[in-house]
Amino acid sequence: MKIAVCVKQVPDTWAEKKLRVDDSTLDRDAADGVMNELDEYAVEEALRLGEAHGAEVTIVTMGPDRAAETIRKALSMGADAGVHLVDDALHGSDALATSYALAEVLGGRGFDLIIFGSESTDARMSVVPAMVAERLGVAQLTFAQKVDLDGTSLTIERVTDSGFDTVSATLPVVLSVVEKINEPRYPSFKGIMAAKKKPVETLSVSDAGLDAAKLGASAAWSSVVDFAARPPKAAGIVVVDEGAGGVNIAEFLTDQKFI
Amino acid sequence: MGEVLVLVEQSDGAVKKVTTELLTLARSLGEPSAVWIGPGYSDAAAAVLAEFGAQTVYVAGDEAHAAHPVAPGAEVLAHLVGMKAPVAVLVASSADGKETAGRLAVRINSGVITDAVAISADLVATQSVFGGSTVVHSTVTSGTPIFTVRPNSTPPVAGAGAAVRSDVAIELSDAAKKATVTGSTVATKGGRPELAEAAIVVSGGRGVGSTEGFAVIEALADSLHAAVGASRAATDAGWYPHQYQVGQTGKTVSPQLYIANGISGAIQHRAGMQTSKTIIVVNKDAEAPIFELADYGVVGDLFAVVPQLTDEIGKRSA
Ligand SMILES: Cc1cc2nc3c(=O)[nH]c(=O)nc-3n(C[C@H](O)[C@H](O)[C@H](O)COP(=O)(O)OP(=O)(O)OC[C@H]3O[C@@H](n4cnc5c(N)ncnc54)[C@H](O)[C@@H]3O)c2cc1C
Repeated sequence: MKIAVCVKQVPDTWAEKKLRVDDSTLDRDAADGVMNELDEYAVEEALRLGEAHGAEVTIVTMGPDRAAETIRKALSMGADAGVHLVDDALHGSDALATSYALAEVLGGRGFDLIIFGSESTDARMSVVPAMVAERLGVAQLTFAQKVDLDGTSLTIERVTDSGFDTVSATLPVVLSVVEKINEPRYPSFKGIMAAKKKPVETLSVSDAGLDAAKLGASAAWSSVVDFAARPPKAAGIVVVDEGAGGVNIAEFLTDQKFI
Repeated sequence: MGEVLVLVEQSDGAVKKVTTELLTLARSLGEPSAVWIGPGYSDAAAAVLAEFGAQTVYVAGDEAHAAHPVAPGAEVLAHLVGMKAPVAVLVASSADGKETAGRLAVRINSGVITDAVAISADLVATQSVFGGSTVVHSTVTSGTPIFTVRPNSTPPVAGAGAAVRSDVAIELSDAAKKATVTGSTVATKGGRPELAEAAIVVSGGRGVGSTEGFAVIEALADSLHAAVGASRAATDAGWYPHQYQVGQTGKTVSPQLYIANGISGAIQHRAGMQTSKTIIVVNKDAEAPIFELADYGVVGDLFAVVPQLTDEIGKRSA
């Protein structure tokens, strides 16, 4: 079986995120880059499926040079190979452009399973997996909290507003996972050493046969008119409970007309 | 005025509140038409859609549309966009809604903006990003604009519509039928407002300590007709069902009032509640980062403060 995991490098979760004044894109240099947390769960699930069913796991990322660190991290967790799509022409790509580029890179490589984290911590759109499934014309099994592979039949529990749906499809499948699915492993020292020798293929836009007119900020299907930092919230009132804490809150709620 | 398509969100045939918000918003952009996917359309549903201004209701009532996730909705909407050339398409910012919007965007080659909290008459969307720290205005520059809109961003206001039914029969593509829903498991507790839509949310975290401890949280919620939420620490411990998790990988809520009890305020939790209008915090650790968000905070034991608050609300509303 061939599994691809799409990962994204994002600014460190705790770092303050800002948009750049010149082109309204996320300022990625302002913070350390880390693997998007939910993508760690996607890598882990790929490795587990590989261990149980035998699979070659390829990490695919689109991003600037330093996103290669994210591929290395996944390789040190145990993935086999990496593909890094890197090109200045990709800068500022929106979800439609990203899904186009990923689908082109993924299609034709014969993956049985393409796994994503269900959301990135920076853009938080949760649409790229569905878009890639639509572009590739393969089954979409997303927001999985549990995955069960039986031969070529994949069944998941898809998290819904009220519980979960059981959804099945035959491979090939685009899968996205939520954090309830597993506990990602830490790279071992051996894994880190081994990762140094694993193959990473670097592709430019033209290597990948992509149409540059569909990529980058100038091609985006949507554009930012303006943005502004919201003034920080005025500090609230904090009191120490001396026996009337509940009554204090009730008074505040009455003032605010909640009661 | 141009037509604005609004994808209906429903639960067991009942129109969800977020759809009435979207219809209200759609009336400021053009003439709203509702789009119903799957079986279960009823007079009761029609009455709600009419009350909030739907002039037309497109009903794609085929069983098959409900048997497959997400893709059928995108294909029905793509068909309607082709036929009706609407000025915009509005979808709720739920997991299903966002994915439907994403697939639709690919199908009709149009831009999509997710998690809008407002849309102006000239179709400029307002988004609140990075945990509410930045406000962004953006527009779709190519194709028919598609917006997903956060629940609780537009107060629903009635405005009469005709809700004329128009049936839509389309053949789903083979790709749309590749994933099949074989079962549905409901794990929520009845009787309270739905978390994502509630005007007031009362949440508990690790500080609640146990399943039994959540009785205190539920009692406060009921005194305020609120929904109950939980941090991941509480859902992972099994004290409260996962469906109630608030945060990055749970629900994003934006209620008028959010009361956080025994929750420290990890970034992943904040991501799901930071845009709440008023935030109350009860936590025994004065250093807990959640206090940074508090409009009103009490440093104290939630098992003392919360029951007292519930009692006091009872007295004041009696
Ligand atoms: C990929 C990923 C996704 C995540 N997604 C989410 C998410 O969606 N939602 C989410 O919530 N978390 C999420 N988390 C987890 C998050 O990082 C925190 O671990 C979690 O939010 C902590 O929950 P908590 O605040 O209840 O617990 P803690 O951080 O342990 O805080 C408990 C608080 O309770 C207080 N307390 C204890 N006893 C009492 C008492 N008797 N009275 C008053 N106060 C008391 C303590 O002072 C403390 O501040 C995610 C993590 C990861 C890695």
